[in-house]
Amino acid sequence: MNRELKRVSIVIFAMFLSLFVASTTIQIFSAEALSQDQRNVRSAYDSYKTQRGAILVDGQPIAESTKTDDVYQYQRIYKSPMYSAVTGFFSLYQGSTGIESAMGSYLTGKNSSQFFEQISALLSGNPVQGASVELTIDPVVQKAAWDAMGKMKGAVVAIDPKTGNILAFVSKPGFDANLLAVHSGVESNANYADLLADKNGPLLNRAANELYAPGSVFKVIMATAAVESGKYTKDSTFPNPPKFQLPGTNVFVQNSGEGKCGGKSTVSIADALRFSCNVPMAQLGIALGQNAIRKQAELFGFGKKVTYPMTSTASVYPENMDDAQVGLSAFGQYDDRTNPLQMAMVSAAVANQGVLMKPNLVENVLSSSLAVIAQPQPDIFSQPMSKATAQQVKEMMIGAVQRGVSGNARIKGVTVAGKTGTAQNGKGEPYTLWFTGFAPADNPQVAVAVVIADGGGIGQGGVGNSLAAPVARKVMEAVMRK
Amino acid sequence: MTDTSSIALPKIVRVIPRNRNIEALLLLFAAGLYAFELAQVQLSVLQVMTPELLIYWAPPTALGFLIHLILRRRASEADPMILPIAVVLNNLGLAMIYRLDLAAIANNNTELFGMKQIAWTLVAMAVAAIVIIYVPSHLFLRRYVYVSMAIGIALLLAPSLPFIGRSINGARLWIGIGPFTFQPGELAKIALTVFFAGYLVTRRESLALTGRKILGMRIPRARELGPILVIWAASLLVLVLQRDLGTSLLYFGLFIVLVYVATGRAIYVVVGLTMFLTGALVASRLMGYVTSRIDSWLNPFDAANYDAVGGSYQLAQGIFGLAHGNLLGTGLGGGIPHLVPLAESDFIIASLGEELGLVGMFAILILYLLFVSRGMRIGFNHPDDFSKLLATGLSFVIALQCFIVIGGVTRVVPLTGLTTPLLAAGGSSLLANWIIVGVLLRISDSIGGGDK
Repeated sequence: MNRELKRVSIVIFAMFLSLFVASTTIQIFSAEALSQDQRNVRSAYDSYKTQRGAILVDGQPIAESTKTDDVYQYQRIYKSPMYSAVTGFFSLYQGSTGIESAMGSYLTGKNSSQFFEQISALLSGNPVQGASVELTIDPVVQKAAWDAMGKMKGAVVAIDPKTGNILAFVSKPGFDANLLAVHSGVESNANYADLLADKNGPLLNRAANELYAPGSVFKVIMATAAVESGKYTKDSTFPNPPKFQLPGTNVFVQNSGEGKCGGKSTVSIADALRFSCNVPMAQLGIALGQNAIRKQAELFGFGKKVTYPMTSTASVYPENMDDAQVGLSAFGQYDDRTNPLQMAMVSAAVANQGVLMKPNLVENVLSSSLAVIAQPQPDIFSQPMSKATAQQVKEMMIGAVQRGVSGNARIKGVTVAGKTGTAQNGKGEPYTLWFTGFAPADNPQVAVAVVIADGGGIGQGGVGNSLAAPVARKVMEAVMRK
Repeated sequence: MTDTSSIALPKIVRVIPRNRNIEALLLLFAAGLYAFELAQVQLSVLQVMTPELLIYWAPPTALGFLIHLILRRRASEADPMILPIAVVLNNLGLAMIYRLDLAAIANNNTELFGMKQIAWTLVAMAVAAIVIIYVPSHLFLRRYVYVSMAIGIALLLAPSLPFIGRSINGARLWIGIGPFTFQPGELAKIALTVFFAGYLVTRRESLALTGRKILGMRIPRARELGPILVIWAASLLVLVLQRDLGTSLLYFGLFIVLVYVATGRAIYVVVGLTMFLTGALVASRLMGYVTSRIDSWLNPFDAANYDAVGGSYQLAQGIFGLAHGNLLGTGLGGGIPHLVPLAESDFIIASLGEELGLVGMFAILILYLLFVSRGMRIGFNHPDDFSKLLATGLSFVIALQCFIVIGGVTRVVPLTGLTTPLLAAGGSSLLANWIIVGVLLRISDSIGGGDK
């Protein structure tokens, strides 16, 4: 009989093996998906049962959970709409966005790096406390950016080019995240509906998740591509007609002043940048070809989602263009699309001698016992250009600010490098206004990008230099005043 | 020494009860673990420790040691693992039921199970002690093979009787007198195992050796298939009358395995399983509830099944609970297992999986596996065929029941109305499983004995 018993034992073992496999599948492999099922109320209850960690700027909470008497035990409180694009919201009914979402596992204490805390919490029966997330944001710079934008719609991103640390991250108009964190479902849903319906788009993250036509700020990428190609230097020249007919079309490209770019018969790339001329850029674009331009743009981050640790929307340099379209794309029109985070990365790469650091919002993560459990280190994102190219592009950008049409970004006693942009969005549509640059040029502390949507409220009445450059100046000043 | 019974038996000189010392050590560990579980429940849910802890802790712990002392005197060579494992599982169930009671109290729910479960635990352990004391030898039960059959069939069919039979959640597995309900099928599994073992010991020769050879396989004669047909019909009758696939599968599976072990002929397994699956398939076509159970099993998250009355709501919520437990669980008292209907009985494994995580789930499964393998080991080592079959049958029935219940909750098989042995709230189940513990201990003591 023992032979049969052995076989029966194998059957028993197989039965239990199936139970091991099934429970592992449910509890580990499908756990994430199951926790997101709408009908699973556990996650919602759970998220309020532990004290969610705070989000800190310079040691001060900009979002924190405080004890309440209701069943959820804790109420999430947001200090200022100024940080709404950074924190996002955390809502029982609308889920979460921003840092609340990207760093959610740390904030709830569920991250695997909190394993030992989880064990001790398990033994003590007390829930794990969430870890706090300290941001790289500089509150002074953030406030300068927020105030400088005033009532204009748009966004500002300021980066330390040497580390990639994000110093300011503003999207206007922003929103009061407290409206969504209320525990009443009726209230929260109504507030959310109002915010969604608001035509100013307060919930939009214009700093990283909305795409705009770059206009002339794209010329910085063109200048880089030109020098990197080895065929051009900043002093290479192009014919300087007032009008340039796009190949195969009846469309003429004009410079913004509708005249020549400087008084000579030829114009250098540096002067094209300085006076922001379209005609030489269109010629340069066609000469370089779309693949070279795209390759350069992609080295800067175009076509990629950037995790900072939220996830940006990838910028676009179009594909399969004819020469006419390439000509338009060369000065940031046609279907070029980007966001301030991307343009700040472009300036940061030039500022940091051609090395682009990965943008990052998180300084460190502190457990409830104040131990550092995560500390992102500066990390190279890419090297879009050589050191020599970076030097030439920097000089061109200095020219644009110090001696050119981007002059409103000038700061007394400091050399600023930068470029404005005024993108057209179709006949009669308001312009999209831009500035990107860095300062001080000889030892860069900050790279910045500003976008102002809907013409800053004055339709086609404003240009990048009149509205966006002053905002950037105030942000750069705030960094250097320290 | 005035112990007359030991004078009557030739095993008086068992001087080194090494097994018993191991057992005592394991029981101490179990007692500590249980205290820890209860303390964690109280601290987590109530934030303070109250004397109620002792009400839960002391009686089962004391009875565990009492059985241990009885074993020292009456069955000193009995397996040292079986009792501690049973105690650990029983206590873990108690801790979880207590924890669910605390949640129920917090939610102003008056239906509590903890005290009843303690009372039943004490009764069941006492009965196990009585089995060890009054069943003098493993051969004793063999005298009652046909009595067992009668009792088994009576118990099995009792819920189908008018007046006393009760349906709960669609399955007619209970009998009720006034406020008391009982699931006689649990006891039936013991009676039937005794009957199967006794019957097969006498018939194994004819079952094993008769029949014509066709294509290298010996096909049993029709009359040898007779008993299998009877059991098959009875299982399907259970399926039809009591509306529970799990119960009917449990008995039939038990029978088939014992036939196989007794005869060594795989043909019985093939024929038996084919017959059962065919019967179940036909029955499922004829009876709507089986179809809906199977549909709920395959698509528990389907809105139609989820929202249907008697649909997959419970299963889906149980799975949500398990998933919520993740690797380490929420800790006892830290989860929300009471969201699942019948969290204290049919779904206690989901409650435990939520609060103890996959780690706890594995620990529980390993305890069962260990328990079953100790039982199978008795089957291996016992020199007497009846005892072999009895130990194997009782072990296998626990294994199969675990598989059907836990597999039902984790979607390995369709969900049925069986209880998780030793863990789940419910007196009949505790009683039956503690009797099994008693019988296994009794048989294991006689393995090396000279009283064959």
